[in-house]
Amino acid sequence: MALPNKPLGETKAVKDPAVEEREVDILIVGGGMAACGTAFEVKKWAPDAKVLLCDKAAMERSGAVAQGLSAINTYVGKNSPEDYVKMVRNDLMGLVREDLIFDLGCHVDDSVHLFEEWGLPIWKKSAEGKTLDGKKGLTMGSLKKGAEPVRTGKWQIMINGESYKRIVAEAAKLALGTENIIERCFIVELLLDANKPNQVAGAVGFSVRENKVYIIKCKTMMVACGGAVNIYMPRSVGEGKGRAWYPIWNAGSTYTMCMKVGAELSMMENRFTPARFKDGYGPVGAWFLLFKAKTLNGLGEDFASSDAAKAELKKYAPYGTAAVTPTCLRNHLMLFEMKAGRGPIMMDTVTALANLGKTMSKQELKHLESEAWEDFLDMTCGQANLWCAQDCEPEKKNSEVMPTEPYLLGSHSGCCGMWVSGPDFDWVPAAYKWGDGGKVYNRMTTVVGLFTSGDGVGCSGHKFSSGSHAEGRMVAKEMAKFVRDHADFKPAIKQSAAELVDLVYKPVRTYLDNCNYTTAVDINPNYVKPSGMALRLMKATHEYGAGTATFYQTSSKNLEIIMGLLATMREDCEKLGAGDLHELMRAWEIYHRIWTVEAHLRHIQFRKETRYPGFYYQADYPGQDDKNWFCFVNSKYDPAKKEWSVFKKDYIKIIP
Amino acid sequence: MPSFVIAEKCDGCKGGDKTACMYICPNDLMVLDTTAMKAYNQEPDQCWECFSCVKICPTQAIEVRGYSDFVPLGSSVMPMMGTEDVMWTCKFRNGLIKRFKFPIRTTPEGQANAYLNLKGKDLNSGLLSTEEADGRVLPTPKI
Repeated sequence: MALPNKPLGETKAVKDPAVEEREVDILIVGGGMAACGTAFEVKKWAPDAKVLLCDKAAMERSGAVAQGLSAINTYVGKNSPEDYVKMVRNDLMGLVREDLIFDLGCHVDDSVHLFEEWGLPIWKKSAEGKTLDGKKGLTMGSLKKGAEPVRTGKWQIMINGESYKRIVAEAAKLALGTENIIERCFIVELLLDANKPNQVAGAVGFSVRENKVYIIKCKTMMVACGGAVNIYMPRSVGEGKGRAWYPIWNAGSTYTMCMKVGAELSMMENRFTPARFKDGYGPVGAWFLLFKAKTLNGLGEDFASSDAAKAELKKYAPYGTAAVTPTCLRNHLMLFEMKAGRGPIMMDTVTALANLGKTMSKQELKHLESEAWEDFLDMTCGQANLWCAQDCEPEKKNSEVMPTEPYLLGSHSGCCGMWVSGPDFDWVPAAYKWGDGGKVYNRMTTVVGLFTSGDGVGCSGHKFSSGSHAEGRMVAKEMAKFVRDHADFKPAIKQSAAELVDLVYKPVRTYLDNCNYTTAVDINPNYVKPSGMALRLMKATHEYGAGTATFYQTSSKNLEIIMGLLATMREDCEKLGAGDLHELMRAWEIYHRIWTVEAHLRHIQFRKETRYPGFYYQADYPGQDDKNWFCFVNSKYDPAKKEWSVFKKDYIKIIP
Repeated sequence: MPSFVIAEKCDGCKGGDKTACMYICPNDLMVLDTTAMKAYNQEPDQCWECFSCVKICPTQAIEVRGYSDFVPLGSSVMPMMGTEDVMWTCKFRNGLIKRFKFPIRTTPEGQANAYLNLKGKDLNSGLLSTEEADGRVLPTPKI
């Protein structure tokens, strides 16, 4: 507990931090899978360029894969990139950028092959068709040489992925050189060029470890720092707030920083509310796909196979009637049961394991049990502990499944993000290609020189870890091209160093100027602490913005109310107070979250239909309306006028 | 499931070049009280239970206790990191113990091939550096 008038953290913030100014050719903002891909690739194409990577955390364990993963969800293998596009398109209810997805599908396997070479253990099929773990599977050779992976679904392969991120980060750091990496540096605002309109020229951030502000000029940059988490009231609100499904440190920084310099957003209305094991949020994919488990309603019925479910899915044809039901509609069926009083939903692990056991030896059964636990221990350790605490052995006791609070992301089963250029191929429609000076730059946003990848790219979900890495590599090459083509560009920043320090350290200065007015540091009429603002955002989204409180339902009137609340939140963010560097990080994170949520809800407000039932419901416009809304919704914040515009963008079908 | 530091076991990484848990925590939660030379979790309700601090701690001083919101007391899950495998000990509330060993990497740490000498040739093609080196040809969608 903080003593009166003492900031909580160990590294106190001071009014006047040191300032470090740098000028580089290429700036990489973020350190997750996408940024590691860029770090690995960039010097191969721009050996003489000055490159700098800034990560808010330590690359060895930063981003969504920090904890590890038990599967790589995108490995094309013997499938075709066309089929990959069709799968993603159906899961996301028809509206996706097929150029981006096809392009990604052509490169993702190359990253998976690198992961294996670097030491990631990948499960293999033996000659007899038996499952071998990543170590024993080495005898079968590598995927690149044609060894057979263990598929759980058409696109997923199983791995022993506890150290996945450490391995990928190791190669990234070796390739880029640690002298070109600043860890614990949180970039918080992008800076436009003083002379060239709509062109990015740098970024500003601060160290979470020492009182220092970084002002970095660059010719081009990639922003890839994940999606947005803890933007809606989580189902557990005490210590359990931390048990988010997606990494809790993803604060929407990618979207906010890019939108604030005018980058066009697309499909920000799309969100992801995964159904996971209740409270622990452990993965269910392996249970459905590998162990063939079914979910039952509270009456013990296999509700998803019922005639009522089939009739419900028909309403959302052709997506609902496809061989694989889209993720949102699987949630929709679950919610349908819960709202009708037929909850809770249970994963029937007992029957699934008993069925598998019928054809297995004792040793094989033991191995199967180990696989079930590894699925948790490799990526959601807390779920394993929850089972231990509940004395739950999955062969003896079923576990509850529940849809979580909503998340915003562009790499998993969601597709919000920036509107970016596609690749420069003849088959890509002209409306999907742009760049600068007559050249096309793949994955460039609508701001010249500003690229994104991973969770930052809109309309192109289902990339997951491997696809994000591959996309980061693709962007590395495009940035190298950009630097080659802009050799004469000299980035210039409008603001003075003093103005930028004031911007970044404003919460510190507000705090220091006012903290002695009251006797309890957290209660002061002149500022609000980020922890308080975080709860204010979550309460508003929970109640009005289609959170769990309303079974993910909102309406035009509710949206009108929350828009008012968000406007005052943005005003009050001018009075955020931070007494230490950790709190300063939290202050900027909540600021990023508020802007991102506003974009999300503006899009929901604009799209007058319910495209993703199960993820959210617009009660005034139920059902999907293909006649009027079979299009993307894009938006743009004009940084000069400080005005938003939201508009339709044509969907163009490429793959039949 | 916030991580916690066992006071007796934590030596503040005195002998090391950095405080391991503070270095690794992806959410900047672990900090060193430099007076006591002990680390602690400064914001338990923002802990993702990723176990990064538990796995890296050189004195095994860090463990996790399930979130008080919904996890009954009495269980524990502990990893022991090796160079090739991780060994997990899962203790149930009722005393049952399960142990699992899983591979974590198949190569020696620090030796990932970063292709330092690989130079891309055609900056205008759509190929990544290793794809170009392999002589790959990009497919065109069948439309």
